[in-house]
Amino acid sequence: MARSLMEGNEAIARGAVAAGCRFFAGYPITPATTIYNNMLNLLPPLGGIVLQGEDEIASIGFCLGASMAGMKVMTATSGPGISLYSEHISFAIGSEIPIVIIDVQRLGPSTGSATRGADGDINFLRWGNSGGMPVIVLAPVDIKDCIRLTMHAFNLAEKFRCPVFIASNKEIAMTRESIDVDALDLPDQIERCSPPAGKPYFPFQVTEGQHVPGFLPIGGKVLVRQTSSTHGQNGYITTDHGEIARILNRLQFKLESAIDQFSFYDLLPAQGSDTLIIAYGVTARAAKAVYKEFNQHGVPISLLILKTLWPIPANTIRKAVRKMKRVLVLEMNLGQYVHEIERLLPDISLDFYGQMNGQLITPAKIKERLAIG
Amino acid sequence: MDSLLNDQRPPVFCPGCSHERITHTLDKALQKMGRGGNQVVIVSDIGCSGLFDTFFHTHAFHGLHGRALTYATGLKMAQPDLTVVVTMGDGGQGIGGAHLLAACRRNLNLTLLILNNFNFGMTGGQFSATTPTAAQVGSGFLNQLERPLNICQVARSAGAPYVACYSAFQQDLADKIQRAIEFEGFSVIDIWGVCPGRYSKKNRLTPKLIDEALSEVPCQEGIVSENVRHEYSQHYQKLAKDQKPASPPLHIETTCDPPQPDRQEVLLLGSAGQRIITAGEIMCLAGLSAGLHTTQKNEYNITVLRGPSISEMILSPEEIDFTGIDDPSVIVALSQEGVERRKELFAHLDTGTTVIQVDGVQLPSTRARVRAMDLKSWGIRKNNWALAALGVLAKMNLVINLDMLKSALKVRFTGKNLEESLLLVDQIKISL
Repeated sequence: MARSLMEGNEAIARGAVAAGCRFFAGYPITPATTIYNNMLNLLPPLGGIVLQGEDEIASIGFCLGASMAGMKVMTATSGPGISLYSEHISFAIGSEIPIVIIDVQRLGPSTGSATRGADGDINFLRWGNSGGMPVIVLAPVDIKDCIRLTMHAFNLAEKFRCPVFIASNKEIAMTRESIDVDALDLPDQIERCSPPAGKPYFPFQVTEGQHVPGFLPIGGKVLVRQTSSTHGQNGYITTDHGEIARILNRLQFKLESAIDQFSFYDLLPAQGSDTLIIAYGVTARAAKAVYKEFNQHGVPISLLILKTLWPIPANTIRKAVRKMKRVLVLEMNLGQYVHEIERLLPDISLDFYGQMNGQLITPAKIKERLAIG
Repeated sequence: MDSLLNDQRPPVFCPGCSHERITHTLDKALQKMGRGGNQVVIVSDIGCSGLFDTFFHTHAFHGLHGRALTYATGLKMAQPDLTVVVTMGDGGQGIGGAHLLAACRRNLNLTLLILNNFNFGMTGGQFSATTPTAAQVGSGFLNQLERPLNICQVARSAGAPYVACYSAFQQDLADKIQRAIEFEGFSVIDIWGVCPGRYSKKNRLTPKLIDEALSEVPCQEGIVSENVRHEYSQHYQKLAKDQKPASPPLHIETTCDPPQPDRQEVLLLGSAGQRIITAGEIMCLAGLSAGLHTTQKNEYNITVLRGPSISEMILSPEEIDFTGIDDPSVIVALSQEGVERRKELFAHLDTGTTVIQVDGVQLPSTRARVRAMDLKSWGIRKNNWALAALGVLAKMNLVINLDMLKSALKVRFTGKNLEESLLLVDQIKISL
């Protein structure tokens, strides 16, 4: 066996290239900068494009242009950059522009601490767009996930024509880790689907039974219109309330109805347990250490590690909670995703531990919390 | 060549608006160039200039206020053969000022038409970056306080190789636009016009007055010779071609056995400049050569060569879940500021932990086993202390051994650096 040593950010860059990404634009920001550095090493020799924008708004704007020209695109930043991306995130959602956005979370609020980890943007990623439409957010636990989930992120962006976020964390991004790259089970590449041949092209028209419009690139033979304004299926501004409602409902439906296709998670059940820990991101690793220790000592607890956070994987969560009396939710923030779980599980005794001090939640803290119950 | 105007969507500007005139003028320029609709993309943003893309039977990209140049940049880089025409108003130019400056510096082959009518027409005639201080606009007295921007002057200073300023009413405008589009590089045209719906209701502005005003603005027309240079996209392709392919991740084969069979946690507490992070990486690579799982978590200030630098490594035959360290086998205390950052840790340690203490570093009181290391007397330079500490551990058979360390050094270094590092390790003599 042969292993390699890699940090999470390099793993994301390598995953992106393996998924077919050939356009990256970014703006330096700790702890996301090394994604940009790695893309700069990887892409130009492959004929790909890497640009440094004059700011984050430009970086994601470049990506939207290149995506509409048919390329698979990615950008990477941290909380302060996501704030600036917001107007273009809304654009990508409403106008169905595929893009992968990496948020290497650092401790906030605001500029916060550049080199401290956190999971403080989890709700911001979901709700930080005007219009409140759904997005896809995947949360890696380790560098294997950084490769695998980044590849899934591209596939999902292409398939559903939407922004897909990777909610990373400084503690994964800048931590080096051993990995057996050859042993990874990686997804095949999925491409954007084309519109049906031989018919006039309308950029936002869906075929019967489909929920995602066929894609043609700007610059091709057939004229393509893209617009951030409220549009009809022809890509022109519309005031037809019926058509507006159909398109906006479709934007919500195309993701929420498909969540079970891309609900990634690890469920570690324990025979006879009535306690379930729910965790995501780097915190799931501390939870897994506790899970292993408890079960080795004959104390059964179960663990659900969520890797798709948005749209809410309700079936995954409900299934894992069956037979459980107590659920402990862990987050590297002061309580965000826990409220979604609370909403899903009104009848269960829900416990929460959140921490926002720039340090990892330790196995000791989790054990302490379990003991209180 | 046929008109590229969209016969389904005739212009809908207010009566007398210069934008309508410019719409027809742009169409004339594109016709004269013989461009087909699918060879052109009109990129626009918010405001009345943002209506342009709908009036053309071309590719179209309409986005957020002031950001048109950003989409145009992505489109042009991805489709270098496409003719990219960007329309922005004086409002978009103001809010997207950083993008204008960057586009001038970048010199990508785009044409920017600034439809300058001296106010925010669509929202009620507020002042923009080009509103004269004497004008009466929808922002009360505020425009009296801000000096209007000379777009051409700014674009020239920022490096645009093609800059011009015209009246929307001049007869040869189509020729002028054609010249700008045909120029191989970034071209900016500031086109002055009237906004009859808002601005010129309270401010007299006629074609003649625009001509007079233009004659007072020193704007050398067209190519700015001192700014003429490589076009960005072509230049990018040329430089990118010479980049060496990135190497795949290094695969480290298992070639030796670790000295301890279980999970080992190591903390390097030092300072920037002691190559702490490199030493941590070498320790991880050493772990890989013994078939172990490893993690390395670092902490340092953003300054270079100043401040504490800490590296936390775990080497384990099992998969590593939690990457933090609460029970270190080894702490290497390389500098006082590094120790200070983790001082609370020392009180909890017991004899299961070995602390390698570099001469001169004070330790908080601890029950750990402490071993002094007088690196200075060995004549080892400070930037090699962390590496020397790995040599000490290898010779003690603690966490790593000599085979592991040497194999890691061979992965990490080549040539002279490798020779020197191997010599350094050999030089270390410890009494067991």
